[in-house]
Amino acid sequence: MPSPRQRLLGWLHTRPQARAWLLLGPGTIWLLVFFLVPLLIMLVYSMMPRGIYGGVDPGFTLEHYRRFFDPLYLDILQRTFVWSVACTVICLVLGYPVAYVIARAGPWKNFLLFLVVLPFWTSFLVRTFAMIFLLRDTGLINGWLQQIGVDPISMLYTPFAVMVGLVYGFLPFMILPIYASLEKLDLSLLEAAEVLGAKPAERFRRVTLPLSMPGVVAGCLLVFIPALGSFLTSDLLGGAKQMMIGNLVQNQFSAARNWPFGSAASFIVMALVLAAVMLYLKVKDRELEELR
Amino acid sequence: MVALPPSTAAPVVQLTRVSKTFGDVKAVNDISLEIFRGEFFSMLGPSGCGKTTTLRLLAGFEQPDEDGGEVRLMGEMVNRKRPYERKVAMVFQNYALFPHLSVERNVAFGLEQRKLAKPEIGDRVRNALQMVRLKPEVFARRMPGQLSGGQRQRVALARALVLEPAILLLDEPLGAIDLKLRKEMQLELKALNKQLGTTFVYVTHDQEEALTMSDRIAVMDNARVAQLGTPAEIYENPRTAFVAKFIGESNFLEGRARQSNGGWELAWEYGGRARLPAHPGLQEGKQIRIAVRPEWMDVWPSGEVPAGENALSGTIEDVIYLGETMHVLVRVPHAGTVTVAVRNEGQLIKPLPWKRGDQAAVGWLPEDCQILEES
Repeated sequence: MPSPRQRLLGWLHTRPQARAWLLLGPGTIWLLVFFLVPLLIMLVYSMMPRGIYGGVDPGFTLEHYRRFFDPLYLDILQRTFVWSVACTVICLVLGYPVAYVIARAGPWKNFLLFLVVLPFWTSFLVRTFAMIFLLRDTGLINGWLQQIGVDPISMLYTPFAVMVGLVYGFLPFMILPIYASLEKLDLSLLEAAEVLGAKPAERFRRVTLPLSMPGVVAGCLLVFIPALGSFLTSDLLGGAKQMMIGNLVQNQFSAARNWPFGSAASFIVMALVLAAVMLYLKVKDRELEELR
Repeated sequence: MVALPPSTAAPVVQLTRVSKTFGDVKAVNDISLEIFRGEFFSMLGPSGCGKTTTLRLLAGFEQPDEDGGEVRLMGEMVNRKRPYERKVAMVFQNYALFPHLSVERNVAFGLEQRKLAKPEIGDRVRNALQMVRLKPEVFARRMPGQLSGGQRQRVALARALVLEPAILLLDEPLGAIDLKLRKEMQLELKALNKQLGTTFVYVTHDQEEALTMSDRIAVMDNARVAQLGTPAEIYENPRTAFVAKFIGESNFLEGRARQSNGGWELAWEYGGRARLPAHPGLQEGKQIRIAVRPEWMDVWPSGEVPAGENALSGTIEDVIYLGETMHVLVRVPHAGTVTVAVRNEGQLIKPLPWKRGDQAAVGWLPEDCQILEES
C-alpha cells in the first residue's frame, strides 16, 4: 500500500500540467497579492478626486493626469529621462570592459565577481551617505585637491553628484549580465574569426559584441528602468534642485499627501518606460537582423 | 595513391626543431617535418600526443618557445605572426560557425575581411557552397542552429575553402559526425584536396581515417613524431611498438636475435625459433621484439604449417565472429595469446574447422614480421 506521499507523487508524475501549476502557484499568488492588487488600487486612486485630509473622495476624474502635463512636471520628466539614459550609457561604457576582463580572468573570475557584488553587503542608503562625505565641499576629494593646491570644487547637490551616485549604484547590474554572456562565448569562434583574417578590433565588432548583445540588452534594461524610478540618490546627492520623477512621486505620497496625483504620475512614467523599452528592443532586433 | 616526389619543390610547411611548452609540459618536443604542395598530410596520435598543438602552431594560435625552432609557411618564417597575417585557413573540431550569422554570411566572413567587392563575394560564396554540396538556394539564408552536424561541417569547410588558401588546416573535423556520413566526407575531402591542389594538414586520432585519406602520415606520440611515411609504410613497416599498436592490430613476440645459416632468427629462452627478415639493427644475443599483423598469419593443424613459414603451436582459445573476418585466438605457451585474422568465407556454408580447445599451429612468412626499435 503506497503512502499518501507516494500516491501524490505518482499522481503528479503522470500530470505535467498539474506539476507546472504547483510550481508556478506560490510565486504567482505572491505577485498577484503584493504586486497586481496594489497596482490596481493605485490605478483606481489615480482616477478619483483627492480627499481633503489625504486619501481619496468618491468619484471619477482624469484631472490628475491632465495636471501632469504642466511644464513644471514635464521638466522633471525630461530630466529624469536624460539622466537615466546618460547613466545607462556611462554604465555600459564603464561596465563592458570590466565584464570582458572578468570573463577572461581564469582562476581570478570568482574573486572579481565577488568584488563586483561586495557593495551589496551594505545598504544603499549607507553607501549614498558615504558618497556625501566624499563629494561635499569639505569632503575627501576636495581635501586631496587642496593638498595638491587646487581650489575646492562644489560637487554635492549638482547633477554631477547625482550621476556619480546613480552610476555607482547601478554599475553591477550592467556588469553581471554582460559578464554572463561573455563568459559563455565560445573561444574557438574568436580563433575562427582571427584565422579568417579579422584583426582584433574587427573580431570584437563582428563576433564578440554581437554575441554579447543579450547581456548588453539585459544590462541596459536593468540599469535604465530602476534609474528612472530612483529617488534616494537624487534626494541625498542632488538636493531639492535636482528632482527626478521618483522624488515627485515620493513627495506626493508623503509630504504633499496627494495620493491620486502620485499614482497618476507613476502610471504615466510606467507607460513611458514600457514604450521606451519596447522601442529599444525593436531597434536592437532590427540591428541583429541586419547583421545576418 | 600518388607518391609525391619530395624534392621537386620547396615545402609549403616546414617545421625545424619546433618545441612548445605549456608550464612544465612539453606539448611539442623538437619536431621537424616538411609538407609539400598539394599533399594530404595527417598527424595521427592519441589525445595529448601534441598533434593539435602542432596544428595550432601552424595556424598561429600558439607560438613556439623562445628557442623553440622555426615554423615556415610558403618559405616565410612565421614564428611570431598572428593568425590573420598567415595565409592559412582552418576547419575546427566543433565547426566554430558564427551562431549569429547566416550560412551565407559565415562563408562570406573571410572575404569581407579582405574587402572584396560585394558581387564577387556573392559569387564565391555560392561556388564554395556548391563545392561542398550545399545548394545555395536552400542553405544560404539558414542559421547554423538550423543545420545538422554534417551540414555544419560542410559550411565550415566552405568558409575555409572560399578563401582559396594555400594551406588548409583541419582539426578532427569529422569527429562528431556519424560513421556513414564520416566515410562519405573522408572521400569528399580527399577528392577536394586533389581537385583544388590545396595542401591539407589533417589532425585525427582515427587511424582508419588517416589511412583512407592521407598521402603521408606523421604518427605522433608523447610530443614527438614516432614515424612519418605513406599509409603503406606506416601500416606495413611500423618502426616502434607504439606505431604497430596504434595503427591496426599486431601480435608482439619477444626473444633474442641469433645468427643461423647466414640469416637471423628470433630464439625463445624456452626453445623454439622463428626466422627473421634482414634488418640492419640485428646483433647476436640482443633482446628484440617483433610485430606480426593478424591477417598475415594463418592457422594450421598442428605440424602442418608449410615449409618456409615460421610456426608456433598452441591451443585455440576462442574464435570471434567479426563479419568480414574471423579472429582466431591461439594460446601459445610462454608467448601469450596470438590473434590470427582469417577471411570469413561464410560460417553457415563453410565453417572454420576450429573450435575452442583444439590444438593448432600459427604460421607466418619470415618477411611478414617487423623488427621493432626501442621507442
